[in-house]
Amino acid sequence: MDSSNAEAELSVTASSIRITDVTKDGDILTFAITSQKFYSSGGVCVFRTYEDFDWLQQNFFSQENVPGLQGVIFPPLPPKALPSLLNTASKSLKQLGFLALGHDWQSYCKALEFYLQQVATHPILSKCKALDSFLTKSESPGKQRGRKGILNRLSQAVEGIRKESHRDVDDFFQKERHKNTNRAALSKVATEKILDVVLTEQKLSLACGHFSTCLHLCVNQDDEAAVAFSKICLKLSDIVEAVMRNFEKVANNNISTLGLGLDLEARYEEAEKEMLFRRTCKLIELETVKKNTEKAKANKRDAMEEVQKATEKEFSLISSVAKQEIERFHSSRVTVLRSFLVGWCEKQLDTAKECAKLYSQYLDACKNLFSE
Amino acid sequence: MSASCGRNPPPFPDNDDQEAELDTRVLDSDEDDDEGEDIFTGASSKPITPTSAPEEADIFSEEGSRIHHTTNGLHSDEELDLFTEATVELTLTNTTSQGRREIIGPTALACNTAHVRNSIHKPSIVNKTTEELEEEESKDQFELNVAVTNPEKMGDGMNAYMSYKVSTQTTLPMFRSKTFSVRRRFSDFLGLYEKLSAKHSLIGCIIPPPPQKSVVGMTKVKVGKEDSSSAEFVEKRRSALERYLQRVAAHPSLLQDPDVREFLERDELPRAVNTQTLSGPGLLKMINRASDAVNKKTVKMNESDNWFESKLQEVENEEQLLRKLHTAVDSLVNHRKELCSNTAVFSKSVAMLGSVEENTALSRALSQLAEVEDKLEQLQHQQAFSDFFILAELLADYVRLLGAVRCCFEQRMKAWQRLQEAQSTLQRKREAEAKLLWANKPDKLQQAKDDINEWESKVNQYERDFERVTCTVRKEVLRFEKEKTRDFKQHILKYIESLLHTQHRLVKCWEAFLPEAKAIA
Repeated sequence: MDSSNAEAELSVTASSIRITDVTKDGDILTFAITSQKFYSSGGVCVFRTYEDFDWLQQNFFSQENVPGLQGVIFPPLPPKALPSLLNTASKSLKQLGFLALGHDWQSYCKALEFYLQQVATHPILSKCKALDSFLTKSESPGKQRGRKGILNRLSQAVEGIRKESHRDVDDFFQKERHKNTNRAALSKVATEKILDVVLTEQKLSLACGHFSTCLHLCVNQDDEAAVAFSKICLKLSDIVEAVMRNFEKVANNNISTLGLGLDLEARYEEAEKEMLFRRTCKLIELETVKKNTEKAKANKRDAMEEVQKATEKEFSLISSVAKQEIERFHSSRVTVLRSFLVGWCEKQLDTAKECAKLYSQYLDACKNLFSE
Repeated sequence: MSASCGRNPPPFPDNDDQEAELDTRVLDSDEDDDEGEDIFTGASSKPITPTSAPEEADIFSEEGSRIHHTTNGLHSDEELDLFTEATVELTLTNTTSQGRREIIGPTALACNTAHVRNSIHKPSIVNKTTEELEEEESKDQFELNVAVTNPEKMGDGMNAYMSYKVSTQTTLPMFRSKTFSVRRRFSDFLGLYEKLSAKHSLIGCIIPPPPQKSVVGMTKVKVGKEDSSSAEFVEKRRSALERYLQRVAAHPSLLQDPDVREFLERDELPRAVNTQTLSGPGLLKMINRASDAVNKKTVKMNESDNWFESKLQEVENEEQLLRKLHTAVDSLVNHRKELCSNTAVFSKSVAMLGSVEENTALSRALSQLAEVEDKLEQLQHQQAFSDFFILAELLADYVRLLGAVRCCFEQRMKAWQRLQEAQSTLQRKREAEAKLLWANKPDKLQQAKDDINEWESKVNQYERDFERVTCTVRKEVLRFEKEKTRDFKQHILKYIESLLHTQHRLVKCWEAFLPEAKAIA
């Protein structure tokens, strides 16, 4: 029995996992991951690069002796960020989408943190030893490329599209596949659209800054009238600056809550899609085996029936794990979306109130100043 | 010195101290609680006769065809009043009546005392000090309000045009009645400008320039395109025409001009054909402008008074600055519009997401979210409108006004040129006379003496002209600067108010959504 995949408890609490820092060295981003030990009061801090995350994900894919592993919805890992190639905003947006926004990789770190929390709370994946060593061992897992799981990039198969629409034997799954396809497409669109909104807000912030700077050019002390006019221009400049800062805050709120949430949702739907696809592939495999068994000549028939039985067993394991995963997924995504929506609304409300107060102060100040 | 201007200078407008408190003219009928009430009566404005009771036809309110600009799709259940921030206030009520502040052109309306004093001031035209000039301004008041409303398309096809209702309310005795209105078309406004320009620019007045022609905009309207861009164009033009008239009315000398009176009062105005670009006079004007531009560069005045030189430089600098500012605001407005459309698209995508969502609470929250985003879009749209009408148009107006100020400096320069030429001609005549005396030709001598007399009187005339222009220009520039400061102050206040207004609405949106988000289970 391969002890590396023996059941293990995670030694840190999932909720305490944080990415506290990120440093950049050329093209390599290094993340500082901290967590609290479960059985003691100590904390752990490790440093990992994207390669290490990838190694972890590969380990998840390639676990052996986990029944129905293919039925697991694997929490999605964000795509790799390549800082040196991402020197233009448009390139980085293309590659990372929403996660490219936010100062100093904030959104990206948040997404990675979320990933870790998701795997740490997953009933199957949290038991993987690789996770514990990832989170607690100070040496990095190393460049063990090791076994490439069978689960890599399955959905990219050329015949994928044909297979995807293969009719299911189970009504529950047929429906779920359909709904998932819809949700995946729509959440992707929604993420793109909020990205557009945020980009425009950032443009607006810049435009305000420009306007405000121009107003400063109007200062002129030549005579009394000019002085009075300059005062007015400076006041307007202050106000426009306030508008600018408001846009910045609003954009940041959008990025850190709703945007992040929608991005996560979109990627998770993709992960579910991949799982469903794997199951569908298995179904096709099973149906093919059944057909071949029927056609098989007598001498081969027993062997074929063995294969068929094994395949059937695999398929039903996958299906049962999948069902659980799907239910878990649905309840957790509602919770997650809820918390993002509430957080977003609260943040925007606070920002809006702050801004209203500021404008009100400016209004009073201007009324006083102008009536002199 | 004889009264060189053929008419009496008018009473001067009131100073800042008695700002008119004006309420936003509400174009949207939904919020029009003051329906029927004559918006010119206010608690404090006694002079508007007691007979102007609420029943009196309020010529300033919108008539049947209201400009709702439904094409912008802004009829939300919250009755977002599109024009709240964008229109000009014309009522004379107290500050305490509503929290809204006024925005109006440079018309200095004496709210509290509308004693129209017909006492005519005849300022002596010889060099006055700046203080004296300023003091004069604060003495007299006059009262006239003008509004441009109800654009209506007349005719059809390529001969169609927009006609606007020009309404005036006044207590000045020179008008036939106290309230009256006429319909005018765009070329009438241009015609008025031409007439005023011809008469007054020579003496150095700053003539407010009318809004610019727009072939593209008008063609769309003519063709009958009923979309938001042509509605916006009409509104933009209406607003610009109104500001133009208000500035003309605020100018003390111009108001006295019979052409202005005729424009405001007369029922039918002869069509001003020489305002068309490709007409004979139009082409002539273009040629004149070109030659003016050339001349300007070749004249160098030796100034006894540095004030003019430095002021002109200031004006030119300011014009450049305002242009920059205008560009900046323009880009701001465009970005806001972009944000509007992006928000609308996002809202739709969220709505679709909500429609496929199974969890009922989440589904409801998502469709609420879509509605919130819709409201945000409306607010953004409103704010873009405010930005445009309050700031962008203000800056554009002043860029053009500064151009007009430069023109008046040019007029002074021309007057000086004429004087110089006359003086040199006189000099030549004197030399000619001296030559004749020396050559002893008595028959031609008389002619020479006549010539000299003629040119001496011309030189005197031109000297007086120049002095007068100098004085007028100085006065006008001071008045202009005061107006500008006041104008900007009012607009900035209006702008902050619009920002605050939007912000409050925004807060309400979020407050309404929060319980929905929390209700997700």
